Amino acid sequence: MATVDSTVRAGAPVAPGADVGPPAPAGVGPYRLGLRRLRRNKAALAFGLLFLVIVVLCLCAPIYANDVAHTGPNANHVTDTVKVGGVTKDVVGPTGEPIGPTWQGRFFLGADQNGRDIAVRLLYGGRNSLEVGAIATLITMTLATLVGIVAGFFRGFVDGVLARILDLIWAYPVVLLGIALGTSLALGGISLGPLHLQGNSLLVPALIIGVVYIPYVAKPIRGQVLGLREQEFVDAARVGGAGPLRIMWSEILPNVSSTIVVFVPLMVANAILLEAALSYLGAGVQPLNPSWGTMISDGIRLIPSAMHLTFVPGIMLVLAVLGINVFGDGVRDALDPRAKVRLEEHAEEASR
Amino acid sequence: MTRFVVRRLISMVLVLFAISVLTFLIFQAIPNGDPAARLAGRTSTPETVAAIRKSWGFDQPIYEQYLTTMKKILSGEVISYAQQVNVLHEIEQDLPATLSLAIGAGIIWLALGVLFGLLSAMRAGRFSDRALTVLALIGVSTPVFLLGAVALYFLAFKASIFPNGGYVPLTQDPLQWLYHMILPWLVLSVLFIGIYSRVLRSSLLDTMHEDYVRTARAKGISERRVLLRHVLRNSLIPIVSLWSLDFAAVIGGGAILTESVFNLHGVGQYAADSIAQLDVPPVMVIVMLGAFFVVVLSAVTDVVFALLDPRIRLTGR
Repeated sequence: MATVDSTVRAGAPVAPGADVGPPAPAGVGPYRLGLRRLRRNKAALAFGLLFLVIVVLCLCAPIYANDVAHTGPNANHVTDTVKVGGVTKDVVGPTGEPIGPTWQGRFFLGADQNGRDIAVRLLYGGRNSLEVGAIATLITMTLATLVGIVAGFFRGFVDGVLARILDLIWAYPVVLLGIALGTSLALGGISLGPLHLQGNSLLVPALIIGVVYIPYVAKPIRGQVLGLREQEFVDAARVGGAGPLRIMWSEILPNVSSTIVVFVPLMVANAILLEAALSYLGAGVQPLNPSWGTMISDGIRLIPSAMHLTFVPGIMLVLAVLGINVFGDGVRDALDPRAKVRLEEHAEEASR
Repeated sequence: MTRFVVRRLISMVLVLFAISVLTFLIFQAIPNGDPAARLAGRTSTPETVAAIRKSWGFDQPIYEQYLTTMKKILSGEVISYAQQVNVLHEIEQDLPATLSLAIGAGIIWLALGVLFGLLSAMRAGRFSDRALTVLALIGVSTPVFLLGAVALYFLAFKASIFPNGGYVPLTQDPLQWLYHMILPWLVLSVLFIGIYSRVLRSSLLDTMHEDYVRTARAKGISERRVLLRHVLRNSLIPIVSLWSLDFAAVIGGGAILTESVFNLHGVGQYAADSIAQLDVPPVMVIVMLGAFFVVVLSAVTDVVFALLDPRIRLTGR
C-alpha cells in the first residue's frame, strides 16, 4: 500500500454509481476505495450521522439557551416556578427534589438540585466533553505520530530513549496517572512556557488525556515505520538526495496516514470516556464548567430521588461514544479489511 | 533465555525507579500541598509546622526527601501523611477485596469474551454476529461507573436482589462474599467482554484463512475440531497477553471506578482517597505496585509464549 502519490485526497468525490460494479480500475487511491467501502456500510454511516447530530446540537447550545430555555448553564432557579400543562410547579420542591422533564421550552429535561436547566447544561456540557475529546485527540495524534516516526526512522539511541519514555507512560496505571496529574493541576494550574493554564481550564484534562494515550498510538506507528524505512521508495528518495526530514515528511508520513485516520475516531471515543471517568473522580473538568462526566457524577448520589440527573447525560454520553465507535469501526474496515489496528486492546483502561 | 530475564529485570527496575520519581515530582509540584502543614492539622501554630517540617525532613532538598521516602518504602516502614498509619498494612487490608474483584471478574470476562468472540466469528455476517457486535460496542461505550450506579439502583435499591455495595471477607462468610461480589464482577466484566470478543473475532477470522487451516480441513478433520484445535488455539495468543496485562492493572488498583461505585474498600479506592488528600506515600506505593504487576506479568507472558510457540523469539526489548 505505497501511497507515494501525493494527488490522493481523502475527501475526493466519488462518481455516482461508482460503488458498484467490477474491481476498481487502475489509478484509484486507497482513500477513494475506502470511501466507497464506507459508503456501503450503512450502519457505520448512520452512527456517524448520530455523532454528527450530537456535535451540531452541542454547538448550538447558546442558541438553545437564549431562544428556547431563556437561561444559562449556571443560572440557578431554586425558588422559581414553572407552568406545566396549566399547573404551576416548583422547580425545586420543598424537600429539595428537582423537577423532572417538562417536555417544553423551559426545563425540557428537568432541573438539577440547584434549579439549573438540565437540557441547557447537557448541551454546554457536551461542548466541553467534545472539546476535551477533540483537543486530547489532537495532542495524542500529533505527538504520537512524531514520536512513532522519529523512533522508527532513526532507530538506535533515539528509539531507545523514546521507547523507554513510552514504556514509562504505558506501565503507569492510566487512571492513577490521570487523577494524580488532574488533582495536582486542578489545584495549581500549569505553566508551559508563555502559556499559563488556570486549574479549572478545560485544557488541563485535555492535556492529561492527550499525554496518557500517546503510547497506544505511537507504538503501532513506530512498528509500521520500522518496516517502511526498508522499502525501495525510501532508498530511491535517499539516492535522490532527500534528507531525513524530507523522507519522514513526504515518504513515510503519507504511508502511515491510514493508520492515523483509523485511530482518530477511536481516540475521540476513548478521550470522552476518560474525561467522564476523571470527572467522576474529581480530577477532570472542574466545577462551574459542566461536562457529561461531571453531570453524571453529580447525579449519581441522587439517583433514587431524581433519576433524570444521571440518565440524561449518561444516555447522551453513551450515544455519542457509541456513534463514534461504530463509525470508527466502519472506517477501519473500509481502509484496511485486514486491519491490524488494535487500539481497543489497551485503551479500555480509560474506563475501568 | 537467561539473557532475556536479566534484561527484563533491569528494565523493570528502571521503569519502577522512573515511575517513583515521576510520582514524587507530580506531588511536589502541587501548591498548598505542604505535607508539614497537613501533618500538623488545621489548628496548628507556625512553630509546630516548622518543628514537623524539621523532624520529617521536609526542609531537606527534594532528592534527599525522595531518598528518605524510598528508604521507608523499601524497609516497609512508610507512614501516610494523612492518617499516619503504615501504608503497607493498609494495602494489606485492602488487597483481599481487590484480589477478589480481579480474580472473579478476570475469569468471567475471559470465559464470556472467548465464548462470544467464538460465536461471533462462527456466525460472521449473520444476525447473531451483528447482535453480539452491537452489544459489544455498547459495552465498550458505557462508562463503568454509570453502569455500576444504574445496576445498583435497579438491582439493589429497587429490587433488593443484590446488596447495596460493600465487601465481606471470604474467610468470614463465603456465601455473603459471593453475594456481594457478583454485581461488581459482572459490571467490571462488561467492558472487557466487549473488547475481548471483538479482538478474538477479528483474530479468528484472520486465522481461518491461513494455509494450515486449509490443510487441516483437507485432511478431513471435522469443522468443529478444526475450529477448536487449530484456529482457536492460535487466535488465543493476543487474548491471553491482553488478559494478563488487564488483570495486572486491576490488581494494581486499576479498578478504581468499580471499587468506588461498589464501595469495596480495595487498593484502587485507597489510591483515590489518598490522591484526594494529597497523601504522597500511599500513592507512590500503589502506583509502583500497579506498575510492578504490569511489568512482571508482561514479562511472564512473553516467556510463556516463547515456550509455547517456537516461532516467537525473545529479544531484550
